[in-house]
Amino acid sequence: MRHMDRLKYFEPWLIAHPAGAALIRVLFFVVPILLIVPMLIWWERRLLSWMQDRIGPNRVATITFKSGKKLRMFGLLQAIMDGIKLAFKEDITPTAVDRLIYFLAPGLALFPAFAIGATLPWGPQEGICRLLTPVANVEIGVLFVMAISSLGVYGIVLAGYASNNKYSLMGGLRSSAQLISYELAMGMALASVVLATGSLKMTEMLEFQAEPLWGVQKFFGIDNPIQNWLVFTPFGFIAAVIFAICVVAETNRTPFDLPEAENELIAGYHTEYSSMKFAVFFMGEYAAMFVFSGVFATIFLGGYNIAPIRALEPFSGLPYIAPMVFLGKCAFGITVFIWMRATLPRLRYDQLMSLGWRSLLPLAVANFIGVGIWVIGTNQGGQVDPWAGLGAWFIAFAIFFGLYMAIKQTGKERLGTALDKRTIELVSGNPANAIAFAKPDKVEVAVEA
Amino acid sequence: MPEWVDGKTILFAMLAGLAGATAIGVVAFGNAVRSALCLVLNFFTLALLYFTLDAEMLGVTQVIVYTGAIMVLFLFVIMLLNLGSPAALEERPDYIKKALGFMFGGALFGVVASQVVRPFIETKQVFAPDNYGAPQGMGKALFTTYVWPFEMASILLVIGIVGSILLAKRRV
Repeated sequence: MRHMDRLKYFEPWLIAHPAGAALIRVLFFVVPILLIVPMLIWWERRLLSWMQDRIGPNRVATITFKSGKKLRMFGLLQAIMDGIKLAFKEDITPTAVDRLIYFLAPGLALFPAFAIGATLPWGPQEGICRLLTPVANVEIGVLFVMAISSLGVYGIVLAGYASNNKYSLMGGLRSSAQLISYELAMGMALASVVLATGSLKMTEMLEFQAEPLWGVQKFFGIDNPIQNWLVFTPFGFIAAVIFAICVVAETNRTPFDLPEAENELIAGYHTEYSSMKFAVFFMGEYAAMFVFSGVFATIFLGGYNIAPIRALEPFSGLPYIAPMVFLGKCAFGITVFIWMRATLPRLRYDQLMSLGWRSLLPLAVANFIGVGIWVIGTNQGGQVDPWAGLGAWFIAFAIFFGLYMAIKQTGKERLGTALDKRTIELVSGNPANAIAFAKPDKVEVAVEA
Repeated sequence: MPEWVDGKTILFAMLAGLAGATAIGVVAFGNAVRSALCLVLNFFTLALLYFTLDAEMLGVTQVIVYTGAIMVLFLFVIMLLNLGSPAALEERPDYIKKALGFMFGGALFGVVASQVVRPFIETKQVFAPDNYGAPQGMGKALFTTYVWPFEMASILLVIGIVGSILLAKRRV
């Protein structure tokens, strides 16, 4: 291949030695993340402002020429300017902090954000991409993601402890409880995916997703044209939903941002941090969002494959297109993160625990058993019937609907166990009446013990 | 320099040294949180040692179970208890107790060392056989040869969970 020829010039002194090749692979992964974080912050602020009917940061990077013409760049440099501002701010270290841990914590928060992506391939395992990605194609790719993401709690807990501030400590404690709870559901969701693909290796997972959908060769007479992206499979879909919710909890984003709930805990675990130390926490959060989007894209959305159409496979292998497609899927994931932040209010602590332990974990376990039955069934039958796939989808939706109803009921159950119910009459009528809805003027309120 | 000193041995020596130093740190620090952190670092270094032996599965299990789950709970409990200043934990010096402690500690060290050190005396290479601890082999062993011990361990864990719920919920 032509690219390989070009690569030959580097080979003797860098690629040839495994350490040099590893260094290049790491740089090809870490540098893009570092470059993309300011863009993410800009994208979040602009998208949020658009969703909330505001203007948002649009001034920085507007060039006014002598002629009066203005070159607008949508405030693209805002995030970089904010970074410069943070770097030049006074770095205040409170006197009563545990100094060593106080300084260590931001670094510990940043480490998992970068390390999680070490097993993600952003290109096919052929040609130049084979040398550049992934950083380490280890046998235990999915478990590696689990392991490193479980380390993410240390930065937050230690920051909360070292700050010697009650609010910070509360943030840290909340975070550790939250992360431990959601890791279980995340692990079960990933386990069902691993059971389906039969491998922990990320590249083999992508190979599995390039096969025809549901393992059906002939789809009602015609060749199956669709790739087996796990999000299109019934069990994969449920696992994807669970995994997505758990990822939001792991990255401490709204609606799971209890560790830094600003109206309860000032700023939670990073209350006492200023200047660049705060910036490092900030960067860690955005890098984690980006990398987790990459994990989601690799495991559920077919990684670097352009579209779930098998005819397009040759294009997915091109070394120029594959990283762009992967980046596009990461951008999609981040957009969903921001969308959720604009849409959903923060959960109460008991809601958070109830969702994690009583909804997601049982659903993940049920899904795991379902995958087991599916795998045994398809292994015994050999050729998979299209109706089997559709039937599995039906069952998956039934489970999903049942869970949805269960979640809906949890609030009502609370109302049911209340000791007493009182009716409050609103003095000037229900304000909702002023718009369009005919709401009753009497509101039922549960009174608790 | 002897011929068996290569990159891998040096890496092993560094990691082993770090593991030893952090192990001492666990008992040497007066602050409970720092001791716990030393233990975290110790477990993490052990995981890295497994990685250098190409036993990735073992290393990653070490990180998930010990570093990621158990030690987080340790820290959680330490912070909840809020032990205060290290001075509050100090006991008054009791030389008999100390001497006994050293004796028993030395005896334990001797017993463990007598079993562990001998196989390592002539070892000059740091490696594990190919596919040692690979997920496939490990899964097969767990569900065929060792299926009964494996299931017994899981039953033990379930009993532990049920028991702890029973104890914790008694007063409610």
